[in-house]
Amino acid sequence: MTQLASRVRPDRFRGRGGAPRARYERGEILTAAAFLLPALVVLGVFVIYPIISAGYISLTSWNGFSPVKEFIGLDNYARLAQDPEFWNSLLVTCIYAAGVCLLSVASGLVVALLLDAPLRGRGFYRGVYFLPAVTSSVAAAIVWRYMLDPSGFVNTVLEGVGIQGPDWLQDRWLALGALTLLTVWKNVGFNAILYLTALQALPEGVFEAAQIDGASFAQRVRYMTVPLLKPMTFFVIVQALITSFQSFDLVYVLTGGGPQGGTEVLGMIMYREAFRLSDFGYGTAIAFVTLFLVLGVTLVNWRASGSGRSSLR
Amino acid sequence: MKRSTATALGRHAVLIVGAAFVVMPFLWMFTTSLQSRAETYSNGSILPTSWHWENYAVAWEAAPFGQYYLNSLIMAAGIVGGHLVLDAFAAYAFARLRFPLKNAIFVVLLAALMIPTFVTIIPAYSLVASFGWIDTYWGLIVPRLADVFGIILLRQYFASIPSELEDAARIDGCSRVGIFFRIMVPLALPAFATLGIFSFLFAWNDFLWPLLVTNSDELRTIQIGLSAFQGRYGTSWNYLMAGTLTATVPSIIVFMFFQRALIRGIAASGLKD
Repeated sequence: MTQLASRVRPDRFRGRGGAPRARYERGEILTAAAFLLPALVVLGVFVIYPIISAGYISLTSWNGFSPVKEFIGLDNYARLAQDPEFWNSLLVTCIYAAGVCLLSVASGLVVALLLDAPLRGRGFYRGVYFLPAVTSSVAAAIVWRYMLDPSGFVNTVLEGVGIQGPDWLQDRWLALGALTLLTVWKNVGFNAILYLTALQALPEGVFEAAQIDGASFAQRVRYMTVPLLKPMTFFVIVQALITSFQSFDLVYVLTGGGPQGGTEVLGMIMYREAFRLSDFGYGTAIAFVTLFLVLGVTLVNWRASGSGRSSLR
Repeated sequence: MKRSTATALGRHAVLIVGAAFVVMPFLWMFTTSLQSRAETYSNGSILPTSWHWENYAVAWEAAPFGQYYLNSLIMAAGIVGGHLVLDAFAAYAFARLRFPLKNAIFVVLLAALMIPTFVTIIPAYSLVASFGWIDTYWGLIVPRLADVFGIILLRQYFASIPSELEDAARIDGCSRVGIFFRIMVPLALPAFATLGIFSFLFAWNDFLWPLLVTNSDELRTIQIGLSAFQGRYGTSWNYLMAGTLTATVPSIIVFMFFQRALIRGIAASGLKD
């Protein structure tokens, strides 16, 4: 009976038996250990250990095969600083990320505002806009590649109205633009649902009051909705940043990084250096640059969005 | 009344234009998959003009799509199963049990979620290579058996279940393991559905990891196979679109059936894979 009671309210037995951590119950700790062990082993071996290991590999000239990992200090990072391909990649990635962030916020917000009303077929629209998000990057990029092909849909339509369309994926800026649009297209439904959730949590009374006081729809959006949605905008931007700094699949299939490195995002050169050229040390150093970029830009954004008083948790 | 009707019509107009932009690539993919090769270079119609269903058979003959499909299904089953079991156990421990270093461990996991996959992928790859797991189902599945996202999702849900239910069961002599299986799991089925869908879509659509750990057609997943197919038959657009469409159908079907659970999950957690 006592045992049962201690199971029900372990708090009452605090300090019993002189154990330094009597707050915990032995049976409970054992159960917890058994419950946690499988997941922690997998995550520990394949996520946590690799993070630590990557920190060291980036300081070596390891080729991925040899048993010796020669320590070379910060040489890989020094090499990055003098690598024109890396600087091109960094520039491409930053332009791409900026475009994706801007258009993700705009498209997500507009679709959410349109859907945030009692409207016939709301569920249908929501489903349609979400469709690209469940499609694989490979499939999406293959279809876009064909649509942008000189014989594809886009140029056929342009021809129909008498315009000779360019070869989109052979021009570095047009290709980067297409990649940006493809990324935004793929995530528009996701961002719209995030904004929709935030919109539906806003107090309705304030908006009605403003409407009665004669504020137009545009004014209400500009002076009420947008400021109130700031925490969600912060979150959408962080997601867009992570997506674009980690972009690989879409680029690999759409352009392969071309033309002339015009869409060679950091993920592409990381992949090439590590897995094509067997320079694991250098590849890992590039991976760390993406980590610093994500963390750095998130921090700046967090400061800028009003000390991050976000409702993320 | 009149004005609100006009507003609604305006909304519909904008939404339909947007939806057309969103859906166009899917329609184009379907239309092209049914054309003859000559038509793919001359026809700009978005609606099907001919019905060459045999394109699908040709595509499936040209590459072992059946094997790719099977591999993706096996990998997805392993990953979904792993997430549902391993994540659930860990989530329950974080939500309800008390043990030393609980918060510290949880914070470490949260921090790991912020790390870009590029950072972990090179060491994880060499680890899997040293296990001799390249080109095996082990390599495709085992490193992804658990994920932090699922633990967070289920933990949130478990924490929202009233603890009085557990207290009552404990007084009746039910063990912690019994409580987990008989009370928590049945009550958390909606959360399990959400996690299952996220995990399936993640596994089915995943590209970089299967690209690294598979070399042969026997082990390639559908996305890798599709990408290789594009490399070989890049300009046979009709066959390529037929292959692409068959690779996309499972995700779309899963999405159509479980749309609610998926969207609820995004709304609840604001997270994605």
